[in-house]
This record gives sequence, C-alpha cells and structure tokens, in this order.
Amino acid sequence: MKHLLSTDGLDPAQAVAVLDTADTLKRTLLGREVRKLPTLRGRTVVTMFYENSTRTRVSFEVAGKWMSADVINVSAGGSSVGKGESLRDTALTLSAAGADLVIVRHPASGAAHRLAGWLEGTGTGVVNAGDGMHEHPTQALLDAATLRERLGTIAGRRIAIVGDVLHSRVARSNVHLLTALGAEVVLVAPPTLLPTGVESWPVAVSHELDAELPALDAVMMLRVQAERMHGGFFPSAREYSIAYGLNERRLSLLPEHAVVLHPGPMLRGMEISAFVADSPRAAITEQVRNGVHVRMAVLYHLLAGEEEAA
Amino acid sequence: MAPRVRGATDPAERELLSAGDVARTIARMAHQIIEKTSIGGDDVPGPDARPVVLLGIPSRGAPLARRLVELIAEFSGVRVPVGALDITLYRDDLRRRPNRPLESTTLPPGGIDDCLVVLVDDVLFSGRTIRAALDALRDAGRPAAVQLAVLVDRGHRELPIRADYVGKNVPTSRTEEVQVCLTELDGRDGVYLRREADQ
Repeated sequence: MKHLLSTDGLDPAQAVAVLDTADTLKRTLLGREVRKLPTLRGRTVVTMFYENSTRTRVSFEVAGKWMSADVINVSAGGSSVGKGESLRDTALTLSAAGADLVIVRHPASGAAHRLAGWLEGTGTGVVNAGDGMHEHPTQALLDAATLRERLGTIAGRRIAIVGDVLHSRVARSNVHLLTALGAEVVLVAPPTLLPTGVESWPVAVSHELDAELPALDAVMMLRVQAERMHGGFFPSAREYSIAYGLNERRLSLLPEHAVVLHPGPMLRGMEISAFVADSPRAAITEQVRNGVHVRMAVLYHLLAGEEEAA
Repeated sequence: MAPRVRGATDPAERELLSAGDVARTIARMAHQIIEKTSIGGDDVPGPDARPVVLLGIPSRGAPLARRLVELIAEFSGVRVPVGALDITLYRDDLRRRPNRPLESTTLPPGGIDDCLVVLVDDVLFSGRTIRAALDALRDAGRPAAVQLAVLVDRGHRELPIRADYVGKNVPTSRTEEVQVCLTELDGRDGVYLRREADQ
C-alpha cells in the first residue's frame, strides 16, 4: 500500500489489517505515560488542507507525532496557494522538500487521485483526507473500528446512513467499506439528498427513518452540509429535523444494543438532538479517539514497510 | 506471507534439542532464575529485594515466559507476574522488510516500575531484538533492573548484549537458521538447525 485514496476497491483483507493494527496500537498505548513510539522516526508527513477541519487534521497530526514522524502542516491560506500556485506545483514542491507522505483535503472531488498521479515516481505517498463529495477513507476506517469495538463484528450488521448522502464523502467511503466488510447498509434520506445512480450502489434506500430504526445495529447521522447546498434541497431546517433528525423518541425505537455514530462536526438540534448526542448510546467521542489510532495504523501501513522500487 | 511449517522433516535439518531436552532446559532455567533473583527466599526482604516480572517477546518468547512462570511457581511456591512485550514498532529494520503485523503487548496489572524484569526470547542472535525490547521497556515504565533469558544462544552478536540465562549455547554459521518449535504455537516442542537459511 503506497496511497490511501478511497475505500472503493480497497482490499477487505488490507482494511482488516489496518483495523487490527489500530486495535493493537490502542491497547499498547492505553494507560501509558509516554504515548510515543519511535516507529516512523525520520519520516516526514505533510498535511495539506484546502478546507476547514478540526478533528481530521488534529488526529493526523497527533497520530504522526505519536509515531515520531515529523509532521508539517500546510494550510491553503498561509502558503503560496494564496499567491495562485496550483495544487500540482504545491505537491511537487512538498515532495521535493522531502515529504514521504502528503495528507490532502481538497474541495474538488478526485483531487487526491490527481495528486497521486502527479507524484508518481517521486516516492511520496498520498492519503485522501476528504476530496469534495467523493471519499474520506480514514473516516470510514475509524467508523468501522468504532463499530467493531461496540458491536463485536461488522459482517451481517444492518447499518443506516441518514441524511445528506448526496454531498457526503463520509457516506460514500462508508458504503464501500462497510459493504466490503459484509454489513448491510441502508441509506435514509429525502429523494433530493440522494445522488443519482444510487440504485447501482450495493445498498438499500429508504425515505422513512422511523420504519428502519427497529431493525438497525447502528445508525450513522450525517451533517447537513450548508456550505455545499446551493439550492432548495428541503423546505426548511425545521422540516428536515422533524423528518430525519435523531431525537429522544427515535432513539427509543432503536434496539438496546444499537450504536449512534456521527462523523462530526455535529449540528445539535438539526440532524441530532443534544439528548442523543450526549447519551451513552452515542459513540461520537470514541470515534474521535479511535480516529487517532486508525490514522496511526494507516501511517504504519503506508510508511513503515519495505520501500518499493520506485 | 504463508506460514512456514516449523521443524518439518528435512534432510538439511538437524535436531538440537528434543521435546524432552526442551522441557529439561526450561526447568533448569527456571531454577537459575529462582536462584539468581532470590524468588521465595526465606530471608527477610532486604532493601535490594525487587519484585520479579517475566516479559516474553512474541511470538515464541511469550509462551516460553508463561512456562517459566509455571515452573517457578512449582519450584518456589511464588507466582511472579508475566506479560508480553511486542517490539515490532521499535525494530531498526522496518524499512528493509515487508510490513509486518503487530503482536500484542500485555503488561502485568501492577506495571513494571521498580521491578526486576526478565526478558524472555527463544533465540539470541544479533541482539537487535533485545535492543528494541530495551527501547520498548523504556516507554512502558522504569524497571529497577533488566535481565535476559533465552532458550538458545547462537552467537554472531552485532551489539554489546549478553544473556543472563541461556538454555543452550549453539555454535552456528550465519547461513544456518535455528528454529524453535513450541507446542503452544507449533504443535510440538523441539529445536532444529537448518543448514542453509531459505531466503
């Protein structure tokens, strides 16, 4: 594995190996005073974020630092990107400056793939930390890690992804990964927030949240992405919340063991009520915690092994 | 990587220790550890007395450490804590080899601070595994002292490291390979010398 660009086409065995590594790292570091491993000493990781982010960027940085890699953060605002440098030139500059791995978030779908193509032969790897409405593979991996931890297994579980599927890279990455790991995925959203061609995805589709809840093992709430909405996808925030928000009443319709996930950032009162977000059924802070270990595992699998002949 | 069948019958292979030899050797090592660390001594614990902890290095050091602890309990009446210390993340050859899966690290509930830690491994060769283990220990706590127990010492050290307890010293050439089989992982006990390392 040299790049991690998408969960679409990711070998399930490889995904399980990453999850197992994350699990071992978590247990190894539990309760330790010094949470630092020398594994990636001398490797340089650059995060390149063209979009806002708190948890993804911080957890990649923490993950890199706990593995002793040198982590450098480049933000679009403070770099030559502001002077008009292209993504390609910025990437080649970072590679020439010694980056072993570039972690990129970009508003354009497919940006990470293009980057990996441009960096072919330079020895620099690419991790997609979210590209437009396409994919966010490490988020799906940390969701899978959290589900595995809470439910024991993923195969055979029924998991709903609820809300703004159309604009959600988290939803796409999770559909590919969770179905590859053997889960049944059902997308629950108003017709306007489902992508065209969803019929060809390996999922069930529903517009009625209440009808789905009793049969679920997990429900993943998506944020309504106001920044990507430039049209009337639903009449009002209040109406959306009534039809698709997860509240106390809906929580009681879920089976006892079912888990509530949210990739964050949450809009409390919109897609998820404060009561649900703070209930012990929600694994939202665990997702963030697992995010660090999963990203450590990804860095380990991308950077620790034998160097491939470039 | 396909799992290699350890100790498969092969003309280029010689038995160094039989199953009975392995059992006797481990028992002798248990006695030596008791003697040298004064486990279960009748004397009033002096200021130098330190609780002993055995840590096995996966994969084969871990079951070896567990066996030693059983025997130490049998011979001395004292059950010392046992754990496992995976050193994969501390290796100095990570970039020279294909990615390897991690093994689990389990420290005893009391930790290892101010203890006498006895590291346990199957074969002592270059000493690089033990160097990595010492680094891993430093992150896991601050033991009062560290000792090393190995079933086989095959020489060819590349670092200034020696074992405190050695089951068997075996002169080898660098091209040979020493294989330790343990019932817990390989279905039977035995130590074998393979003529040419099949690499």
